[in-house]
Amino acid sequence: MKKLLKRTIAVAACYCAILLPTTATAQTDLDAIMMEKSAFCVGPMYSYTSWKNYWEGTLKRDNLNLGRVSTQMIGLMGAYGITRKLNALFSVPYVSTKASAGTLHGMKGIQDLSLFLKWKAYQKRMGDGRLSVFTIGGVSFPLSNYTPDYLPLSIGLYSSTASARLMVDYEQRGLYVTGSATYVARKNFKIDRSSYYTTQLHLTNEVEMPDGASYNVRLGFRNQRVIAEAILNQWRTLGGFDITRNNMPFPSNKMNATTVGFNFKYVLPKIPQLSIVVGGSNTIAGRNVGQSTNVYGSFFYVLDFSPREKSSDKPSKTN
Amino acid sequence: MKKAIYLSAVVFIAVVAVIVSCSKSIEGRTDNAPALAPANIDLNAGTWKPVLLTSASEFAVPAPAATNTPDYIAQVNEIKTWQADLTKDEKAIVKYWSAGAVLRWNEILRELVAKHNLPPYQNADGTYPFPNANNPLAYPQFPFANPPYAGRAYAYVSAAQYDALVAAWYYKKLYNRAAPYTVDATVKALIPKSDLPSYPSEDAVVAGVSVELLKLLFPGDQDYIQQKAEEHKRARIIAGANVRSDIEAGEALGKAVAQKFVTRARGDRAGAAAGNQAQWTQLETDCIARGETPWYSLELPKRPPMLPLFGKVKAFLFDSLTAISLRPGAPPLVNSPKMKTETAEIYEFVNNPTRERTRIVHFWADGVGTYAPPGHWDAIAAEDFIPKNFSEVRWARNLALINMSLMDAGIVCWDTKYFYFNPRPTQLDPKIKTITGIPNFPAYISGHSTFSGAAATILGHIIPERAAAYDAMAQEASMSRMYGGIHYRSDCEVGLVVGKNIGNYAVQRAITDGAE
Repeated sequence: MKKLLKRTIAVAACYCAILLPTTATAQTDLDAIMMEKSAFCVGPMYSYTSWKNYWEGTLKRDNLNLGRVSTQMIGLMGAYGITRKLNALFSVPYVSTKASAGTLHGMKGIQDLSLFLKWKAYQKRMGDGRLSVFTIGGVSFPLSNYTPDYLPLSIGLYSSTASARLMVDYEQRGLYVTGSATYVARKNFKIDRSSYYTTQLHLTNEVEMPDGASYNVRLGFRNQRVIAEAILNQWRTLGGFDITRNNMPFPSNKMNATTVGFNFKYVLPKIPQLSIVVGGSNTIAGRNVGQSTNVYGSFFYVLDFSPREKSSDKPSKTN
Repeated sequence: MKKAIYLSAVVFIAVVAVIVSCSKSIEGRTDNAPALAPANIDLNAGTWKPVLLTSASEFAVPAPAATNTPDYIAQVNEIKTWQADLTKDEKAIVKYWSAGAVLRWNEILRELVAKHNLPPYQNADGTYPFPNANNPLAYPQFPFANPPYAGRAYAYVSAAQYDALVAAWYYKKLYNRAAPYTVDATVKALIPKSDLPSYPSEDAVVAGVSVELLKLLFPGDQDYIQQKAEEHKRARIIAGANVRSDIEAGEALGKAVAQKFVTRARGDRAGAAAGNQAQWTQLETDCIARGETPWYSLELPKRPPMLPLFGKVKAFLFDSLTAISLRPGAPPLVNSPKMKTETAEIYEFVNNPTRERTRIVHFWADGVGTYAPPGHWDAIAAEDFIPKNFSEVRWARNLALINMSLMDAGIVCWDTKYFYFNPRPTQLDPKIKTITGIPNFPAYISGHSTFSGAAATILGHIIPERAAAYDAMAQEASMSRMYGGIHYRSDCEVGLVVGKNIGNYAVQRAITDGAE
């Protein structure tokens, strides 16, 4: 029992996703917490993102014909400890969008599957503190044939991605700082139209999707029961073009966003396998994205798949 | 342990390097279109019936210098100098323009339409500014290339190119000066050789006529247009297809013919099509007086109706009385059971979207930021013309027929829309949320259906083996507006019929213009 409890707490890892208007980021792949070997943490999560103002290029404006654009997401997320130093993570969101004004119909559907492999490559004690270095690789791809060419009400950008991240974490007596940089390669995709205009006319249905980069800094406190952290995140599209005056957005726009947020996790003392996560964020600067506010919450439950004879006091099987 | 950091960094860099090295450049469908090599050079096209010119020889083109004169030899040497040292860019422009002058200028025009197809943002007081042709670069930029504007632009450019090429063909046959690669065997032909006389240059004719019309239609984009024209003319000299005097004579002829069209455009009543507040109010009052529910804008703030007087613009294929006679009967009364049924049908469509219907809606939407429905039909036509190996003059003739029918479809459609001033489905049932933007003008009859009916009819005449396919496309384009939630069935079905009637005027012209 004790061992299970310990394992559960160590599993602080399992919480997740804020959905930027431009990028879905499961937070587990952005933190320095690892699952124990053979522990599987899984749970539902809900997130609500909305904006009234957005940046048309660099010009901030509202749009009476959209009102408030909101995105709701229900997702299933999970993480599994392949070893103590190597974790696999996944998330599957169902997304629905809505505009509070105007005449445009919202959209809904299953969005993209994200998979990550997180490797704790290096760890070193430094006096009181501990320094860890991680590398994280990820892929994502659409799970349904949704259309990305209906922004801002599309449920996603439809571009398959591959990402590579280097992350450094330093912890001292529960206080920590985690920093990471990520390169996201984004694959071209096809839209329903046979031509489109960016800064020139393209006579093709294939969209050249610029890559992106993100930077993430987290500052907070963590122990076996609690995580409380402040988060600064920056997403940069490496290329892309601005929405022209009073035009519609397009998936290959130069979407940039800087968000600040918080994240809080609490492990239930009486049911240590179960944890609650809540968080939120605000977009403080952006380009070709909504000035969005996001809140999310989720539950996570830890299942232990380690061989029974090792984790149990009683070797005999019972019915 | 340093080793581990080093290792993780290496892994990271390797992964990133692999990802980044994937090439993403995209290719347009016509980027590598083959060089034009007409199966038939249409040597007698100088006898074809022009649209506005009184005759093919209305504008004089001076006789060219003989090919044994020092002047001509100097011009041939200019080609040789270019060809002695060709850069990659020079080879690229030769290849690009070799696909055809009419094709490339149509693509440029479509690009300009897409760039300018943006409704102006409102003023602080909730009114809307209008673009000003005399100050095209000030916001809102001139023009707002909406569907009627676009249809008219395509028609003028195509019809003018056609007339100018008929004139060019007349002089080509008259003066019969061979191409430089024929005169001098040491001149390389970087494009397929042709027996067509090269004076005046058909490419320069198209460049000249296009520049003049685009100056009128897109006055804020002169730099871009001029740069394209210079590149086009240079490409023909580099290719060994024309000497400079071929180019100069062609350009002068193109510009002269263009003036006839510019004069017509200035007087075709399109300039007054936006109307004014008194006229907008009158439309509403008249509709109420008939006992009907008037259309109103569903945009916030309410936007004045798009080009309410475009129905009065002078058509190319018929006179104004005929235009009025093409106007269909009234739509179902707003309070009739039929209209209730039709509105309910649209409500069903928008609330039960299938992926295939959404695809159809977006494929045909051709809304904000696109080359508009007439441009979509030009794209369909152009891509089907490429494998046909038409001569330049036949390319122009076919596109002129299509685009005149598209412009005229716009005229009859807009006349009908503002004659009945019928509300959109969302106005009658606000629960109808649409899968594409609601255009800011009355519903009856559907513009997409009218444009598509007209274009499919004349295209089916030009390429008979594809007639059924064009009809199916028109049908799909028409239905897309119902799936999208922005038109009733009556709008679409009647729109297609009206469009076909207009397309038949183009077919009549095609049968009698001397090209068949």
